[in-house]
Amino acid sequence: MLRYVIKRLLLMIPTLFGAAVLVFVLMRMVPGDICVLRLATGGGSMDPQVINNCRLELGLDKPYFAQFLAFLKGLATLDFGNSMWTGRPIISEVGLRFQLSLQVAIMATVLSIMIAIPLGTISAVKQNTWIDYVVRGFSIAGVAMPSFWLGILIILGILITSKAWFGRPWMPPITYVPIWQDPLYNLSMLVWPALATGYRYSAVATRMTRSAMLEVLREDYVRTARAKGLFRKLIVRRHALRNALLPVITIIGIEFAFLMGGLVVTEQVFNLNGLGKLFVESVSNQDYNMTQALVMLVVAIFAFTNLAVDVVYAWLDPRIRYNR
Amino acid sequence: MATITRPADQAPSRPSPLALLWQFCVQNPLGAAGGFLVLVMIVMAVSAEVVTVYDPTSNNFGAMLEPPSREYWLGTDQFGRDVYTRIVFGARTALLVGFVSAFVGGTIGLVLGVASAYFGGRFDLVFQRVMDVLMAFPLIILALAVVSIFGTGIQNVILAITVPFIPRCARVVRSSALAVRETPFIDAARACGFGHTRIVLRHMVPNVMAPYLIMVTAAVGQAILIEASLSFLGLGVQEPVPAWGLMLRGGAQEYAESAPWVAIFPGVAISLAVFGFNLFGDALRDWLDPKMKV
Repeated sequence: MLRYVIKRLLLMIPTLFGAAVLVFVLMRMVPGDICVLRLATGGGSMDPQVINNCRLELGLDKPYFAQFLAFLKGLATLDFGNSMWTGRPIISEVGLRFQLSLQVAIMATVLSIMIAIPLGTISAVKQNTWIDYVVRGFSIAGVAMPSFWLGILIILGILITSKAWFGRPWMPPITYVPIWQDPLYNLSMLVWPALATGYRYSAVATRMTRSAMLEVLREDYVRTARAKGLFRKLIVRRHALRNALLPVITIIGIEFAFLMGGLVVTEQVFNLNGLGKLFVESVSNQDYNMTQALVMLVVAIFAFTNLAVDVVYAWLDPRIRYNR
Repeated sequence: MATITRPADQAPSRPSPLALLWQFCVQNPLGAAGGFLVLVMIVMAVSAEVVTVYDPTSNNFGAMLEPPSREYWLGTDQFGRDVYTRIVFGARTALLVGFVSAFVGGTIGLVLGVASAYFGGRFDLVFQRVMDVLMAFPLIILALAVVSIFGTGIQNVILAITVPFIPRCARVVRSSALAVRETPFIDAARACGFGHTRIVLRHMVPNVMAPYLIMVTAAVGQAILIEASLSFLGLGVQEPVPAWGLMLRGGAQEYAESAPWVAIFPGVAISLAVFGFNLFGDALRDWLDPKMKV
């Protein structure tokens, strides 16, 4: 197992390197650079001398190869430098937003597990009854509905109900406060985006739970358990569900990784200042340092989540052994 | 593919296409419903000029934010444009982006996946790493980069959506192709002295059509969803081109309370379209390859 983990960690290096090359090249293919953009937004005249000074200051005058080496060196030492746009250290800029995005991702994942596992199980146990049809309809609708549209509907719903109940419109707060400072305030802000994204992810996980359960329920050992007179509930909980959960864990893990980098649209709807917004801003500002750091962060989260899923998989299912 | 000629009396009579279609509908009522939705969408897109009376792009400030009525079936938006008309024309944008990116991305993935499985060894290893990078790379960043480099517009949206599909399709196809590679007819083809290109394209590709078709059908729905998200963010199709995601941008949120039809109907259109493609794709999967799970 240890050897397998080490091998996987080593295999991550080429993936991260590839991502580093890709983001470096992509960012430099964009016409213009941050110095030109800065001056353009300042409204000043494009004095070549000023642009040169700016480039000199940010190290953009160096050859691409030297810039790439500096980027790699920063990666290896986990020193990402300063944001080219705000001048503040990237670690603190990202740290601010990371909390928010992580919390929404965790809440959405917990929500989707809470919805998916009971619903998927019931749907499989009561296959081809009306319960099954309702659950399947619910989950197919969840996959089809864009989460940003669901977000708009949620906001609309909040507005209408708050007007009807309190007589004046109430909107979720916009400024982020960590959950340990004011849990109620924090939750009243982040529950809604978690709901909008969680529903979609629960739909995918429900489908997976259902199909895995259906397969397991037809296994010989389930029939044996039935034959020796065990209660149905016990069989479902102890014999079937435990085996059916494996593929569900994979799906949930991969989704969690996507949530960390893919909340851009939901953040836009709910006006949240998270990683996604920072992403969009840094690309449009041509902030090379920030974009590169963010992409590497998301790719690393993705790679580590995949590895964690595989390790958990082997831990939960003793039949799986990664020997090769 | 190796063809084995049977004696005439043993040959199973091929059911007519119509009978096959009927069989599909009876066995998969949900899939048939999905297929019907897809068909409606295609008809809408093709005959958009016939089924609508208003112009999808010209403003009419005399009829801003009109509620749904006999005149404006689904109401009008903040520029006085008919929502129903824009949804019908939006189907054109959605289908164009959906089909082109799914087919192009899927087909490149098909050829690459089969080639990777066929050649194996070092080529396969390197190829897999490249696919890992592309899979892990956030789609929205890829789209942002494409838009910043080439500018916005429908062809760049298609490019941004096509690229991430390639590794996903290549993965699935590769795993099926690995099994095909071990079959005797590939050895036979090698023994006949056929070139690699011919074996990959003529002998292996036709045998992985089932997973390919399933991936592409599912990808159309996904592509429509991504196109809507990108347009919603302002990174995709630009005004005044009618597109569902774009219709939800800006005005829809601002006027959600006073004119909910502007915010609701385009979302319903996106959901129904994706719903249709997903149902149809699921049924196609059960029908073509009962063993396969996605």
